[in-house]
Amino acid sequence: MHNFEFVKPSTVADAVSALSSEDAQALGGGQTLLPTMKQRLAAPDTLVSLSGIAEMKGICSNDAGEICIGGGTVHAVVAAETASSYPGLSALAGKIGDPAVRNRGTIGGSLANNDPAACYPAAALGSGATIVTNAREIAADDYFQGMFTTALDEGEIITEVRFPVPEKAAWQKFVQPASRFSLVGVFVAKYANGVRVAVTGASEEGVFRWSEAEAALSSNFSADALADLSVSADGMISDLHGTGAYRAHLIKVLTGRAVAAA
Amino acid sequence: MTSVTMTVNGKARSGDVEGRTLLSSFLRDELNLTGTHVGCDTSQCGACVIHVNGEAVKACSMLAAEADGAEVKTIEGMANPDGSLSVIQAAFQEHHGLQCGFCTPGMVMSAAALLKDNPRPSEAEIREYLEGNICRCTGYHNIVKAIMAASGQDVAPPMAAE
Amino acid sequence: MPKDGGIGASSKRREDVRFLTGRGRYTDDINLHNQTYAYFLRSEVAHGKINGIDTSAAEGMDGVVQIFTAKDFEAVGGVPCGWQVTDLHGNPMKEPKHPVLAEGKVRHVGDPIAVVVAESLEEARDAAEAIEVDIDELPAVMDMPSAIAEGATKVHDDLDDNLCYEWGFVEENRAAVDEAIKNAHHVTTLELTNNRLVANPMEPRVAVGDFNPGTEDYTLYTTSQNPHVIRLLMGAFVLGIPEHKLRVVAPDVGGGFGCKIYHYAEEAFVTFASAQIRRPVKWTSSRSEAFVSDAHGRDHVTKVELALDENHKFTALRCDTYANMGAYLSTFAPSIPTWLHGTLLAGNYTTPLIYTNVKAVFTTTTPVDAYRGAGRPEATFQLERVVDKAARELGVDPAELRRINFIKPDQFPYDTPVAVTYDTGNYHATLEKGLEMAGVDTFEARAAESAKNGKLRGLGIAHFIEACGIAPSNLVGQLGARAGLYESATVRVNATGSISVMTGSHSHGQGHETAFPQVVAEMLGIDESMIEVVHGDTANTPMGMGTYGSRSIAVGGSAMVRATEKIINKAKKIAAHLLEAAEGDIELKDGAFTVAGTDKSVAWGDVTLAAYVPHNYPLEDIEPGLEETAFYDPSNFTYPSGAYICEVEVDAETGKVEVLGFTAADDFGNVINPMIVEGQVHGGVAQGIGQALLENCSYDDDGQLLSGSYMDYTMPRADDVPMFEVDHSCITPCTHNPLGVKGCGEAGAIGSPPAVVNAVIDALQRAGHTHVTHIDMPLTPSRVWAAMNGEKADGSDIGWAE
Repeated sequence: MHNFEFVKPSTVADAVSALSSEDAQALGGGQTLLPTMKQRLAAPDTLVSLSGIAEMKGICSNDAGEICIGGGTVHAVVAAETASSYPGLSALAGKIGDPAVRNRGTIGGSLANNDPAACYPAAALGSGATIVTNAREIAADDYFQGMFTTALDEGEIITEVRFPVPEKAAWQKFVQPASRFSLVGVFVAKYANGVRVAVTGASEEGVFRWSEAEAALSSNFSADALADLSVSADGMISDLHGTGAYRAHLIKVLTGRAVAAA
Repeated sequence: MTSVTMTVNGKARSGDVEGRTLLSSFLRDELNLTGTHVGCDTSQCGACVIHVNGEAVKACSMLAAEADGAEVKTIEGMANPDGSLSVIQAAFQEHHGLQCGFCTPGMVMSAAALLKDNPRPSEAEIREYLEGNICRCTGYHNIVKAIMAASGQDVAPPMAAE
Repeated sequence: MPKDGGIGASSKRREDVRFLTGRGRYTDDINLHNQTYAYFLRSEVAHGKINGIDTSAAEGMDGVVQIFTAKDFEAVGGVPCGWQVTDLHGNPMKEPKHPVLAEGKVRHVGDPIAVVVAESLEEARDAAEAIEVDIDELPAVMDMPSAIAEGATKVHDDLDDNLCYEWGFVEENRAAVDEAIKNAHHVTTLELTNNRLVANPMEPRVAVGDFNPGTEDYTLYTTSQNPHVIRLLMGAFVLGIPEHKLRVVAPDVGGGFGCKIYHYAEEAFVTFASAQIRRPVKWTSSRSEAFVSDAHGRDHVTKVELALDENHKFTALRCDTYANMGAYLSTFAPSIPTWLHGTLLAGNYTTPLIYTNVKAVFTTTTPVDAYRGAGRPEATFQLERVVDKAARELGVDPAELRRINFIKPDQFPYDTPVAVTYDTGNYHATLEKGLEMAGVDTFEARAAESAKNGKLRGLGIAHFIEACGIAPSNLVGQLGARAGLYESATVRVNATGSISVMTGSHSHGQGHETAFPQVVAEMLGIDESMIEVVHGDTANTPMGMGTYGSRSIAVGGSAMVRATEKIINKAKKIAAHLLEAAEGDIELKDGAFTVAGTDKSVAWGDVTLAAYVPHNYPLEDIEPGLEETAFYDPSNFTYPSGAYICEVEVDAETGKVEVLGFTAADDFGNVINPMIVEGQVHGGVAQGIGQALLENCSYDDDGQLLSGSYMDYTMPRADDVPMFEVDHSCITPCTHNPLGVKGCGEAGAIGSPPAVVNAVIDALQRAGHTHVTHIDMPLTPSRVWAAMNGEKADGSDIGWAE
């Protein structure tokens, strides 16, 4: 790693201020950022740890019945504490990386990075979550803007993510066997006003909603409703772990399985 | 350089670190606790798993500065107070759960973290929990057996075929 | 009853205590006073001409001690190759120079260009980024047939072409084999690739060079399976340091699987640089660096043809293989696709006519050498796949086709048509044992259950043989080896009766510290705890060849037996003197010397004390002391064999393969420590499952490594493998070594890949995908799904027509 100045503020305000300096970068759990920096693919002058900010940790629910997760909350805590309130989300959080990674990695860090094969973007988009930052609230539909690209401005920090709780939901992850990220992951959530289907790992554009499936499932929430649908391989990631055609095929298979499991 | 202080295996330890100093480097190079091994640079192999504030973490993917004030436990702190092997360590020896020994510290630390949360895990739960610990020698068979035995479950003794 | 000590006991491993408490001492745990750190600047392109290297900006940077490039190594040799293969025309193979640092050209991603030695590793790396390398990129040389076609870009400009050698074996049989295939009742043909793998021991390589300016002695600490071999190769061929001024120490070694056999440029570098800067120099490989600098394994593209008569007897076998050498010849690389591969093509069968043709090719990739099994997995895979395919084509039960063609127990010793003599074996026994253990007779019921859940269940059988316990020195010398392959042991009995056994073998996970004392304890009738193994340091072990090729107990253990026999002979002389009896009447039993037929005896410790305090001692007849050395050179290989049976489920929708059961019924001859032997099989099988389903070292057409970290190279995890059923109760003891043992370290990795692939093909065929006769490894979900959907599933797009 290139060397950097390490700062660990205890409030969001101090973190925002620290991030305003030239080439400063926020550090969540570091489970992606630190390996990237080891490869010298990222080299901030200042690394601003968010792990000391108590107000960004923990899970509660608000008056609207949404589950509100602090941006600095680690995956293991989400998995444990949403097990009864939002089992689909809990299952997703409990399958990210491995146990040691889940004890460090944070929801805010994952969403800010928006890796095209990460799990949390599928949950956030599939739930129509709200991404709350130090400056504003961003709807998930507006937040994800292509792989590794989000609506966040420079120095903006995810302080909280609010998940509306669906009637049913399920997560199906088909692992990329080496990295244990998603080769394809599908999050399906059924709300009173319709079904959302979010797909990660597959598209060159990052996480996306499979709108044809959403329409079909909104009128008939059953795997059978998908029978006549298919996903085009165009724009799908093709690599040594799977062709674009294979990923497109998996999207349909996994969506069906998620519906059955929900 | 910044100064950090942490409790490592029950003792207060301090040192000066750069921002970029990893916790694994601090343990190995500054504190000479070389039982924590580094087997990869992408946070996957798990040879460096230690406990920070009671939770399993990968010491190669945490800055030393982040552990300032923390309670750290490494493989060197896992034996019984009298120096004898703990139940988990003894089970690894009894069931031949290690060969070259390089992944072993991380395996033992992960096993301890698993059994703290899940005192009687099934074979499938053990295999799933070890997702972040790679062993190239044992084929995992005897690691799984050792962890089941350490949790008080019946497993065939080594060499049941004899 | 299991024994509680000695040969055959599952003694608990004594080395485990230090490993389990964090007190192992691996090379990276060694830090010397005033140490510096080396960082290798490596090529990012597969092939290029170096126009210039500008180190000026880097030289003044913080912490930089010295920067090295090829010009600093003009006076030293290249990294040597230890085996010369003679081609089918009788000419020696092409042997290009392998410089310590790239000279004029880079030839693979990872080829070292310059090294920064600095006060810290991070400072060294900071400075390396400031080195400007002017490279003209040249076309990558990747595809083997194209690489040896007319006009291909040359990897080494001073060679005529990229063909290292073309080898034919047995060349005199070529016409007869072709004739037999032409006239055969049935011929089964299979084209396949044996996927390139990376050994990936969990401990990355490390080297620390330490020159002592006072004595002008050199010490190299390194992660090696064979420190004496490194001392000889590096001292004699690269740096010109005589053995008595060079000590090589390999402390605890965290796995090797072959890739820590070889002498690497980094070892020579730190040793050389330490003398230049007069300070210790340490290099620690990162995992990413290991992927481009550790020798890779396998990487064959093969066409195999098996001819059968109307009785389903094999009449001839022909194998044509392209073997990838990479950019340079690693230490044993030329021997792998030839002598360690071609000599195994008889398998367990009586095939009378066999011919193999191997074209070894230079490409712009990391060098390829032995990886667990080394040549034998490639031979076994093609053979056990083509036999399985033949069984399907002929509608014969795969087990029965093997039975029909097995060498029968009364045919041993058996001379194969590929130059080796199997001393002993009973393949029928291991096959039946395996079938029984795997519950093959109830498979159909399990398959029906799977079908109810949308899963395709399959069963695959493979039966392997391998030649290990490497090797008779005079034989391998004739075949081109530039080394002997004996092993050594010194048994030093101390005055109080404890024993230090110094061996040239070197454990990197095999438990030598536990198993070797079991042998000596059994022979002397004393407790194992009185015996300590000393290994891994050229300063205190006799010249020995190290641990690989499943040789340590068969060759190293035999040396130990011979040395211990000498100890017993001498100790009996001393005991006879003390007991005032004839030497011929002395018996050694339970750690005491007794005069036969009497109750007169003297304890082990009294005899050993007399040897070192020779007051009452036959000084006129024998010398004081009790220390003996033996060098053991085997008269043949050992030939372990076994039946490996795999049961899988394939997800019909996704193509994902799950291994549900794996059975290994092996014949390892006599077994010293069953617990350790079973552990070796477990690990080997997991690596074989890894090769079959998960692992793939993949390059793109430009020579960039696509699977350069654990993010893309799939290591088998705990949830990728099942509990294994292993057995070694079928025993035909080796007839030519004193312990009756056969090697067991590589068997698991040799026998398992074809069992897994056969099982997947079985599952698909049963489900009606009858067009799928082969899928190239690794059988990833994507590939299996594509095969089910009609895509070509073998990766060899080679025009094989001659």
